[in-house]
Amino acid sequence: MGQITLQGVQKSFGPVHIIKGADLEIADGSFVVFVGPSGCGKTTLLRLIAGLEDVSGGKILIDGKNVVDTPPAKRGLSMVFQSYALYPHMSVRGNIGFGLKMAGLPKDEINRKVEAAAATLNLTPYLDRKPRELSGGQRQRVAIGRAIVREPKAFLFDEPLSNLDAALRVQMRIEVTRLQKQLGTTAIYVTHDQVEAMTMADKIVVLNGGKIEQYGSPLELYERPANLFVAGFIGSPKMNFVTGEPALQKGAATIGVRPEHLKIERDGGGGWQGTIAVAEHLGSDTFLYVDAGALGMLTARYIGELSLHGGDRVSLMPDPARIHRFDESGNALRG
Amino acid sequence: MARMATTRRVMISTAAAWLFGFLIFFPILWMGLASFKTELEAFAIPPSFLFFHWTTENYATVQERSDYLHHAMNSIIIAGGSTLIALLIAIPAAWSMAFSPTKRTKDILLWMLSTKMMPPVGVLVPIYLIYKSLGLLDSRIGLVFILCLGNLPIVIWMLFTYFKEIPRDILEAARMDGATIGRELVYVLTPMAIPGLASTLLLNLILAWNEAFWTLNLSTSSAAPLTTFIASYSSPEGLFWAKLSAASTLAIAPILVLGWFSQKQLVRGLTFGAVK
Repeated sequence: MGQITLQGVQKSFGPVHIIKGADLEIADGSFVVFVGPSGCGKTTLLRLIAGLEDVSGGKILIDGKNVVDTPPAKRGLSMVFQSYALYPHMSVRGNIGFGLKMAGLPKDEINRKVEAAAATLNLTPYLDRKPRELSGGQRQRVAIGRAIVREPKAFLFDEPLSNLDAALRVQMRIEVTRLQKQLGTTAIYVTHDQVEAMTMADKIVVLNGGKIEQYGSPLELYERPANLFVAGFIGSPKMNFVTGEPALQKGAATIGVRPEHLKIERDGGGGWQGTIAVAEHLGSDTFLYVDAGALGMLTARYIGELSLHGGDRVSLMPDPARIHRFDESGNALRG
Repeated sequence: MARMATTRRVMISTAAAWLFGFLIFFPILWMGLASFKTELEAFAIPPSFLFFHWTTENYATVQERSDYLHHAMNSIIIAGGSTLIALLIAIPAAWSMAFSPTKRTKDILLWMLSTKMMPPVGVLVPIYLIYKSLGLLDSRIGLVFILCLGNLPIVIWMLFTYFKEIPRDILEAARMDGATIGRELVYVLTPMAIPGLASTLLLNLILAWNEAFWTLNLSTSSAAPLTTFIASYSSPEGLFWAKLSAASTLAIAPILVLGWFSQKQLVRGLTFGAVK
């Protein structure tokens, strides 16, 4: 079991409020990603759950039991750090088995569990090496091995892939997701990378300025963002925001349209007129950055190749069913 | 072309390094040589470099006149004792400043270092009087105490920089793994800090061994370490160069041997924090 509930969790460092009251319900076995810009409090929130920081207010329940006064090791969670935080003087075997040794398990049981974890992570040939003799990806796997071997109630990942190169990051992303599904253990994963969030999560928590902006499945966040911040943060390239006349016509202060929901026509069609400032041809996609005069810069995405170039005039037609409306304070208007 | 230029540059810098090293080493070499000369040859002009009448009589005289082993023992006790006590005080101090710093930690560190900037002679008279009334003059305990206090700021600074280098994440990982403070200390921190502790210990041992100001001023015979032993050969009646050299060679020999075998640790200790 690994059900985690946050009730009004607050954290301040002196006069600075980092977490301004977080309420969250994380179901057993789910993969939840905390995402947000740097400084939004996502790592702090994770560290509060881990017990590496003390809460300033509120409750953290693990399987219904308030753990705010429980030391980290007793919470039954394990953590994978951004820097891997391997013990440099211990072998891979020693690193993975350290938690079990601290728990006082007999030696042969530790060995058995360490070897099983190593086999899951393809680390068997490296068991007797020191961390400095491993590549970045292997070190990352040792850190994950150290987390899984203790069979925790939940895994806490603190931007674990940000030190890896792009190709390895994609590979590890898949490995971590698969491993989590295979073990069925609750996971909380912190990242600033919204692609990681969208691809890995069952549910995403979008944080901004110490507040939870929205909590929902990746597609919910994409299709029904609760406010301007979430709308702008989730999705790549970013959603286009338009104010003024076009928004007023829709009865909103701001309207948002995702680049992929703008129909691109050569000049002369209806919709919003503009001149292409930059055209990016990726083969699979074409991104157009269009100077639309009073509407500002708009981004449009076309699936496939579109032979338009900088300086060409285009008209962009928003898909009426996919227009997001927001009020003056930035909250989404429904209906 | 480029490669030839590089080779030449390497050769020049190697030669320069050797020359520089020799210049620094020369006084010690000269002292060693002089200790095997007769008093007359020791200050002969022009000086003879290798072709003189080699003799060990200076060593015999020195040992006869003053008890080398007695002073060496004092040096070992004073240097070793002050180093160990300094470490005992400095480890927890550096520890808490490195791992749970407060707003004033940097100020405290600077203040501690600033005490090293004051010339010791400025407090000689008060210290001397305090020692006199406490009956600590010419006592090993007194010297251990003063050398320990004198080197403490440097020891704390060195350890602080070492401990600072240990990533916090690793300590937190150990906490998540269920290690108590005690076990964290035994299994994680100490093994990681051993190189730093070793260099600090060595450097402080050498500093304490060579310390002359306080040892000369606060001891005369029974607690006198090797520094006093050397100084006794420079007397108002005149300098006995050969005997002084023999005494000095004997005095520095143990620390030279120690330094030789722990070069790697020492260099690491001295350059620590400068190169990442």
